[in-house]
Amino acid sequence: MRPDYILKLLENEERMDGRRMDEFRKIKVETQNIKKAEGSARVKMGNTDVIVGVKMEIGTPFLDTPNMGILKTGAEFTPIASPDFESGPPGEDATELARVIDRGIRESESIDLEKLCLNEGEKVWKVFVDAYIINHDGNLTDASALAAIAALKVAKIPKLEDDKIIRDVFEKDLPLLHTPITVTIGKVADKFIIDPNREEEEVLDAKLTVAVREDGMVCAMQKSGSHGLTTEDVEKMIDLAIKKSKELRKLL
Amino acid sequence: MKKVRKIILPGEIVGNAKDKRSSYGTFVEEGNIVSKFLGILRESGGYLSVIPLSGVYIPRKQDKVIGFITDVERMGWIVDINSPWQAFLSLSEAVDEFIDLKRFDISKFYDVGDIVYAQVSDVKRGDVQLTMRTPMARKLKDGVTIKITPSKVPRLIGKEGSMINIVKEKTGTTIRVGQNGVVWISGEKVEKAIKVIKMIDEKAHIIGLTDEISKLLSD
Amino acid sequence: MGMKTEEKMIIKGRRLDGREPDELREIEMKVGVIPNANGSAQVSFGNTVAIAGVYGPRLLHPKHLQRADTAILQCRYNMAPFSVDERASPGPSRRSIEISKVTRLALEPALFLEEYPETVVDVYIEILQADGSTRVTGINAASLALADAGVPMRDLVVALSGGKIDETPIIDLNGKEDNYSVADIPFAFMPRKKEITLLQMDGLLTPDEIKSIFKNLLKAGQTIYEMQKQALRKKYEE
Repeated sequence: MRPDYILKLLENEERMDGRRMDEFRKIKVETQNIKKAEGSARVKMGNTDVIVGVKMEIGTPFLDTPNMGILKTGAEFTPIASPDFESGPPGEDATELARVIDRGIRESESIDLEKLCLNEGEKVWKVFVDAYIINHDGNLTDASALAAIAALKVAKIPKLEDDKIIRDVFEKDLPLLHTPITVTIGKVADKFIIDPNREEEEVLDAKLTVAVREDGMVCAMQKSGSHGLTTEDVEKMIDLAIKKSKELRKLL
Repeated sequence: MKKVRKIILPGEIVGNAKDKRSSYGTFVEEGNIVSKFLGILRESGGYLSVIPLSGVYIPRKQDKVIGFITDVERMGWIVDINSPWQAFLSLSEAVDEFIDLKRFDISKFYDVGDIVYAQVSDVKRGDVQLTMRTPMARKLKDGVTIKITPSKVPRLIGKEGSMINIVKEKTGTTIRVGQNGVVWISGEKVEKAIKVIKMIDEKAHIIGLTDEISKLLSD
Repeated sequence: MGMKTEEKMIIKGRRLDGREPDELREIEMKVGVIPNANGSAQVSFGNTVAIAGVYGPRLLHPKHLQRADTAILQCRYNMAPFSVDERASPGPSRRSIEISKVTRLALEPALFLEEYPETVVDVYIEILQADGSTRVTGINAASLALADAGVPMRDLVVALSGGKIDETPIIDLNGKEDNYSVADIPFAFMPRKKEITLLQMDGLLTPDEIKSIFKNLLKAGQTIYEMQKQALRKKYEE
């Protein structure tokens, strides 16, 4: 469908699939469906389909945080997911996505990293969070971040025997302190929308991604898109993100 | 479960080459006619063909297609015809008057983003030529385009236009269907027409589709 | 050849997961799982899960790779970071580059690529969960995805693995069996004419053992073939 038609619809507060401007597509969250991962979730937001797998490994802590575990987040736009994704190392968009997911988890102090220390200064658990895009129909950020927190919530720490990881025996749950939820608000003309599909994304002027904790604290933000936003815009977008985050949190 | 036409699979033997002849979507091997596609078997005049239920558009001479102008060159236009290959519309196949190329910018006739309803005049390997020298050909303005599976275009049109005419009439729209799977819609209830056309695309293999469509249209 | 182990892999005629030597794991197939792709499928053999997406035929860039007389087939086999015990670092390995190549050769004979000059058919295979026999699971998914994409085919392509553990010929090796096998054979064929399109072997086998494994592979392959057909029809019958 042509961008000018979609734009015209949005300016009239209408959407191609008949949704309201502040309505999510149908969302399905499945957890623990990847058996080799210590935690996993698959989120379908309309036709957007994302898998997040959490893997646990043993590593050495960073010098400045000798008593804390390590979080590492990756995102891959697999060429399977869209006619215009190519094989190769993660590009700009995949790297940005990984960093936005990472920030939501890290800045919300979601994972209790101190509990992941095994031997101060020597040995800690490393938590790898990898987002894998299976089908791209817009709003990858919200879908991936939701899958990430859903996967972390069900993730388990494997048993250690003489420093060797026993993969199918688990000691305890991954310790979590907070659950951040990420909501992206799009702006087009003077209208705000949430959960844009891919064709809608293409006509947006700007986007603001907001990560919100269960206690109402905003823990990360990222603006994208070619147009600017006013402070009034940003305030409205944050309010809307906080409101909509409650809906997503119920799905966990 | 809905009643569906029998689905034929690639590699499936659909007939004997002694009794029948192999046509579109089939090949002959060791005396058998074998399907190349996941599709529906059609028999007519002793010829067996398999109409695929999916796949990209392969241009054939005489096809009427809807294309998007993607580039203006000195002697004509590059047209995206929803196929693996781009098509070329040459100036002489598009414009009657004499044009002095030194002084004239041909984007005044067709410019990037314009939509044309044109005919395939020639196909050689990956080289596809279009012409506007046919009565139906024209520039399409102020409409919406959607894409459907190219092999399902005959189903959307229906016998002698029966299906597409119902849709036009009940939604108050003008519709043009390209054999390349691009459909252009303009008029009153565009959204409803899109909904119906998408449904025909998804359910082309179901028996009794026409009734289902009429029902949806009278709601 | 796999690692040595003291552990018995077959006890009283049964494998460690309870299967008979010539028994397949539980197999699931679903066609049409990636809306953006021209064709797609997800296939699982036990705990091995592969998803395949086909894009094309589409115009090949850069132009110098184009062939005037035919389409070309490109395949990529890739493992998700969370598909294995130790996180796999993203990006191609020597192993995945070779598997991508043999996958292409396994599929190519089944396709009428000459109908699409200057274009490419891209087959992307992602292994979401690895528990042995990943390349053959990927080929089954790719066969379904190609048929779903409407790429003209001579036949479907059916794939499975065979091998030997302890003294016994087996089929459909799981991860542990793969590690400790005496020999393993990734195998693919086009069922109508029983043409073999993928054949690799690691390990030691006598010609008689190979013969007996082939027999089992073709027999079990017929079951997989029936499941592929059923999965393709199911997409349109629901």
